[in-house]
This record gives sequence, structure tokens and C-alpha cells, in this order.
Amino acid sequence: MTVERPTGTPVTTAGDQTRIHNIGYRSYDGPRLGRAYARRSLYSQSLRGAFGLGRSTRSKVLPMLLFAVMCLVAAILVAVTVTTKAKDLPVEYTRYAIIMQGLISLYVASQAPQSVSRDLRFKMVPLYFSRPIETADYVRAKYAALASALFILTAAPLLVLYVGALLAKLDFADQTKGFAEGLVSVALLSLLFAGIGLVIAAVTPRRGFGIAAVIAVLVISYGAVSTLEAIADAQNNTAAIPWIGLFSPVTLIDGVQTAFLGATSSAPGAVGPDTGQGAVYVLVVLGLIAAAYGLLLRRYKKVGL
Amino acid sequence: MYDPTVARLTYRALLGRRRALILGALPLLLIVISVVVRALTGADDQTASNVLGGFALATMVPIVGVIAGTGAIGPEIDDGSVVYLLSKPLKRPTIILTKLIVAIAVTMVFSAVPTLVAGLILNGNGQQIAVAYTVAALVASIAYSALFLLLGTVSRHAVVFGLVYALVWEALFGSLVPGARTLSIQQWSLAVAHRVAEGDLVTSDVGLTTATVLLVAVTVLATWYAGQKLRSLTLAGEE
Repeated sequence: MTVERPTGTPVTTAGDQTRIHNIGYRSYDGPRLGRAYARRSLYSQSLRGAFGLGRSTRSKVLPMLLFAVMCLVAAILVAVTVTTKAKDLPVEYTRYAIIMQGLISLYVASQAPQSVSRDLRFKMVPLYFSRPIETADYVRAKYAALASALFILTAAPLLVLYVGALLAKLDFADQTKGFAEGLVSVALLSLLFAGIGLVIAAVTPRRGFGIAAVIAVLVISYGAVSTLEAIADAQNNTAAIPWIGLFSPVTLIDGVQTAFLGATSSAPGAVGPDTGQGAVYVLVVLGLIAAAYGLLLRRYKKVGL
Repeated sequence: MYDPTVARLTYRALLGRRRALILGALPLLLIVISVVVRALTGADDQTASNVLGGFALATMVPIVGVIAGTGAIGPEIDDGSVVYLLSKPLKRPTIILTKLIVAIAVTMVFSAVPTLVAGLILNGNGQQIAVAYTVAALVASIAYSALFLLLGTVSRHAVVFGLVYALVWEALFGSLVPGARTLSIQQWSLAVAHRVAEGDLVTSDVGLTTATVLLVAVTVLATWYAGQKLRSLTLAGEE
């Protein structure tokens, strides 16, 4: 609230005619860093926040612990390979993320809500949009940050495996190919999981509820799909297995990499989609990622007001 | 030891607005799966046991338990509105007990009832499988609710810890390390179910006596300690 100062003599000089009121604040005349800078800052802050950097010690515990376990298991696998002088890693690069999906799901579930739910709960979103950034900038920065964080989480253990494999003098060309395929697969996985996590988390301002909802979607869909796949396998109805796999994020990624990235399927009986079905898988994955982005844009068009 | 007003508020917090829809989605999925499985394979006791044991009891009951157990008290502590509740002339253990009863009721309705329906759809209660898993879900509802309600009073990250217990400890370690199964609510409730079911389709790694003792001990201790925690609750600022 501005308090009007009583003016003894009204200012009547010609130049100040238009000025009603001046309490002597200086206006900012430094450089304006603009929209791209704000978007970059939001991205880097969200990415750091996803690992608890720049936040309290308590919020560092879980992401760091999950990250450590992801890498530790890879290191153990390398140690086993070296000591047993095996010709190959015990786990394919593409398989690693599928085995560790529980931890990855937990990571998404815990970090997606912390990235967006608190902004909603404390009504921070309109404040963001009072800066030069637009809805799309906010969504892109948050999506990119969570996807990058997931990529770091899933690619780091692959790097451990790769370096370990090279140190163990496994075949260079073979390992490099596997590593590259693994990277493509976890990049897709990161985009897909981050999209699903953010869409669900952006709906609720309650952090705890967001966590439960994300984990429910990821775990329940996988539980349901793998139960159905196991039954289809037991009934020798193997043709149905690839189609069932379309209904959960993990099996989607598994199907894509089985069809195109030289992985062996983790579905029961190792029945993976053929190339035609693989194309459907890729389309569904890309469609889901695009849908997640579109839904986030729509959601923030509304809450940004 | 039971306060209707607290109960009503807790029900509203758990089932108000869209939350009931999300809680309802899980049981609905179970029933849809059961219908699909029945249509694909016909009535088969082994399949029924796999679906109910692998999906209903291992995945659905813990997740509904986490949502109901932590949701009964967690959000209130989180946004600080619990002080209005605590400033009323009610004993803190009464508040906990009321919230526990509500959480148990919600977990039972959203997990045990659909388990029974799914079991009936799958094989029409052959070999008492539907009833056995329903009993397991009922028993597990009580223990999960008490445990997760305690977590809700202890930590702001109760949901995460609850899920870590349910998914990492019971599902992951339980399948790798046999010893972990002894300390698993799922196995304790399966021990009770084993007693109900005819035949050997429902098995548990824990004996019935041990399971019962542990179930009662966990429930009572968790509830008592949650009451104690609530007596000395300090509201921490937002991190």
C-alpha cells in the first residue's frame, strides 16, 4: 500500500506534470536475461531438485539411495563377470532397466510429485507465469528435467557395466553395440515414465497422494499385464502375449527393444513382438509421450491463471 | 474410544471428491481381469490362485492399504490442519483408534470385497480359494492399516516408506531372500488363508501360530506407538 505523502507545495514544474507520485525507487536498468534464460534456470533447478541437490538433507536420502543401489548392482554384476572370467555380461544392457523397474518406478513416483505438486499446492504456478516464461516453457523445462534425471538414473549403471566390460576385455564392438542399444532404450523409457509421472502428479496438489497414484499406475498395470501374460503363456496362447504387453509402460519398452534393439523379451516364454507389432509398440510409446506433453500443456493452461 | 465426528472427517478426507474414484479403479481392474481370465481359460483353481495371490493380495491390498492408512492422517499433519483436531478435548489414542478403524474399513471395502467377487468370478469358490484369499485380505487390511497409519504419524514421507516396504521388501526381497518372508504381512495373512483353504494351493512360509502372534503384535504395537507419537507431535515447517 502506498501512503500518499502530504505535499506542502504542489509540484508545478513543466517536466513533472505527468508524474502523480514518486517515492524515489530506482527502476532496474540492468540486462534482462529473458525467456530462454528463465527456462534454462527452471530446467537446471528442477534437475538438481530431482536428486535432492539444493534441498534439505532429508530429501536427498531417497533419490541418492536409489541412484546408489542402481549403480551398485551394476558394479556387482561387473565384479562377477571379472572374477568368473565370463565371455559376456550376465545381464544384457537392454535388460538392466527392466530388472530394476521397481526402483525406477519408485524414483519417478517420489520425484515427479516433488517437482510439480508443491508448486500447485502453494499456488506458485501463477508466479512463474508472471515472469517472461510461457506455459509451454514451464512444461518443457519440467518434463525435460525429470526425463534427464531418469536418464541419468538409468544410463549411469549402463555406463558402469560398459566400462567394466571393457576393463574385463570383453569384445569391444559387441559391447559398444549393446551399450548404444541400451542407451536408446533407457532414453525412451525416461521420456515415457517422466511423462506418465508428471501428468498424474500435476493433477493433485497433495504430494503423498501423487506418489501413491503414480506408483499405482506403474505397478498395478505391470502386475495386471504380467499376470495376464503368464496365464496366456500357460494356455499356450502365445500369439496374445505381445498384444497384452501394450498395456503397461514397462512391457511397452520391453517390446520396443525386443523388436528393434536386439533384446530378448522378458515376457513369459520370451515371446516378443515381431517387426509389425514392434511398429505398433513404437507408435504407442511415441503417442503416449506426445499425449503426456499435450495433457500437461492443457493442465497448465488452466492452473496458470 | 471411537469418535463419530473424527470418523466422519476421516471418511471425507479419504473418499471425498475424486479420491474414491481412484481407490475404486484398482478393485475394478481386478474384477475386469478376473472376467477376462475366466473368459480366456475357464474355471481353473491354479489360475484363480495365481491371480488372487499374485495380483490381489501381493499388489492391490498393500497399495490400497498405503493410500488409506497414510491418507487417514498424513495430509492433515502435512498441511498443519491437525492442530485443530488436536486442540479438541479428545484423547490422542482415541483419534488414532478412530482413524485406524476408518482406514481398516476403507481398506477392507476396497480390497477384500473385490477379492471375494473376483474369486467367485474366477472359479466360483472352488476349494474355498475365494474365501481363503478374502480372509487373507481382511487380515492383511488390519495389519497394513495399523502399520501405515503409524508411518503417517512418524514421517512426512510415509507414502514412500510404505511403498518401499510393500514393493521392495515384500515383493523384491521376499522373492529373493527367504528370510525376508518371515517378516512380511502378506505371508502372515497367507498363513491364515492356508488354514481356511482346502488343498495346498494357498501356501505360506510362516506357521499359523507365529503368523497370528506377529499380526496381533504388529497391529497393537503400531497403534499404541502411533498414539504416543501423536501425543508428542511437533509440527515441523515445510522443508
